[in-house]
Amino acid sequence: MNEIDNLSFEEAFTELEELVQQLEAGDLTLDQAMALFERGMALATQCNVQLDASELRVQQLMSTSEEHPSGEDYELGPFEEYLPD
Amino acid sequence: MQPSLFADPTPRVYSISAITTYIKRKLEVDLTLQNLWLEGETSNWRQAPSGHVYFTLKDPDASIRCVMWRSSLPRLSYLPAGDGEAVLAHGHISVYEPSGQYQFYVDDLEPVGLGALHVQFEQLKARLTQEGLFDEARKRTPPPFPRRIGLVTSPAGAALRDVLNVLRRRYPLVEVILSPTQVQGEDAPPQIVRALQALSTVGDVDVIILARGGGSLEDLWAFNDERVARAVATSPIPVVCGVGHETDFTMADFAADLRAPTPSAAAELVTPDRDELARRLRLFGAQLRAAVGESIARRQRLLAGEMRALRRLSPQTWIEQRRQRVDDLSRGAQATIAHRLALKRERLSGLGLRLTTLNPNATLARGYAIVSHSDGGQVVSRVAQVSPGDLLSVQVSDGVFRTAVQDKGESATNNQTGGNRP
Repeated sequence: MNEIDNLSFEEAFTELEELVQQLEAGDLTLDQAMALFERGMALATQCNVQLDASELRVQQLMSTSEEHPSGEDYELGPFEEYLPD
Repeated sequence: MQPSLFADPTPRVYSISAITTYIKRKLEVDLTLQNLWLEGETSNWRQAPSGHVYFTLKDPDASIRCVMWRSSLPRLSYLPAGDGEAVLAHGHISVYEPSGQYQFYVDDLEPVGLGALHVQFEQLKARLTQEGLFDEARKRTPPPFPRRIGLVTSPAGAALRDVLNVLRRRYPLVEVILSPTQVQGEDAPPQIVRALQALSTVGDVDVIILARGGGSLEDLWAFNDERVARAVATSPIPVVCGVGHETDFTMADFAADLRAPTPSAAAELVTPDRDELARRLRLFGAQLRAAVGESIARRQRLLAGEMRALRRLSPQTWIEQRRQRVDDLSRGAQATIAHRLALKRERLSGLGLRLTTLNPNATLARGYAIVSHSDGGQVVSRVAQVSPGDLLSVQVSDGVFRTAVQDKGESATNNQTGGNRP
């Protein structure tokens, strides 16, 4: 189940949402139900970990062709937060 | 050539009221006079105790009396401080009959510079609306869980800080790409356009926030620029406009997919809330446990049912049932035997009773006797059976004695000596 770690929050959350519905519908074998339950709990944990551990990442777009107003070359650079006085 | 009243044979004479009403009506059917903007300088500014405002608008060569009703005042975004201000006034021209003066009835006032902007704004808005740029059908819904948010704003503005704070608090999973631009001044519109377009070259940007903190109408003017409005409307990425303003919308607001009253509100609009997500995750967990619990409980109920059925069918039960049957049968047999015994016993006691009645001893006890020949033992029950001199044994209740026959009486008249039944 390590692939759960590679899911984005949205993927994990959406899958969890579907899984809860599926489990609540109820026409599953016990093995299926237990498997869904375990995966669901793992997904919920993964979502919580992501929520708790995330730190906002901020990058800044910088033009690499300053001299060409219509230039479409940009690159992402580090963002330094401007501190207002 | 003075017209002479007396030269006209049928002169028409009007009352002052009639002619004033006539003039008033003449003015009021003139479309130009009923809906017009006048530019001039205020003078004689006076607000009456009633709340209505009286003033004069003038230019170097002429002046016009103006009235503004109290009811118009709350709608004004601008009110002159008094005399000497250059204003643009909207209203209609009519006549105040008691004084016979024509007046400008003002219902809107703008300072001159802004007035021109206002007209320009309304014209542009009408044109872009006509073009379909603001159609609801064009509006897109940003994804509920954005991964990358493009942020078009000034790197030095409070809007940037506000947006980042909201995102950190609500949904720190997101990645922000700041696309810096000026948001004020002549250069702002083309820069905003470029900043918007630049974000579509980065890839994977789910939604763009176009943000600027609050300001005056002039401060926000870049967001009313046609180029900005078009860039917002045609952006391949959904744009949420968060330009701080209190009343009017900017052109960018109209063109955006979503609009918010402040940069912070725009950030909230495009992100889920972490607390809400945590709450839903807890709920999911509870639902999962409940569903699995129910799934297990249902199987337990089924299992219990099957076990009951199994017990009914088990050899143990079969044996117990047979054992019980044996018990039942043996109980039945015993009962039958007991019954039969009882019947026999009853019959026996009946017989005993009859036997008692037939016992000759009982008869002897009542005084009867059995007479028999002493030799041979033949019982004498008829006179003819004896002859005088015969020896007879007479049995009474407690023994036997002997006697001899003396003579014979007539038969059938004397039964005294016979061994008859009582």
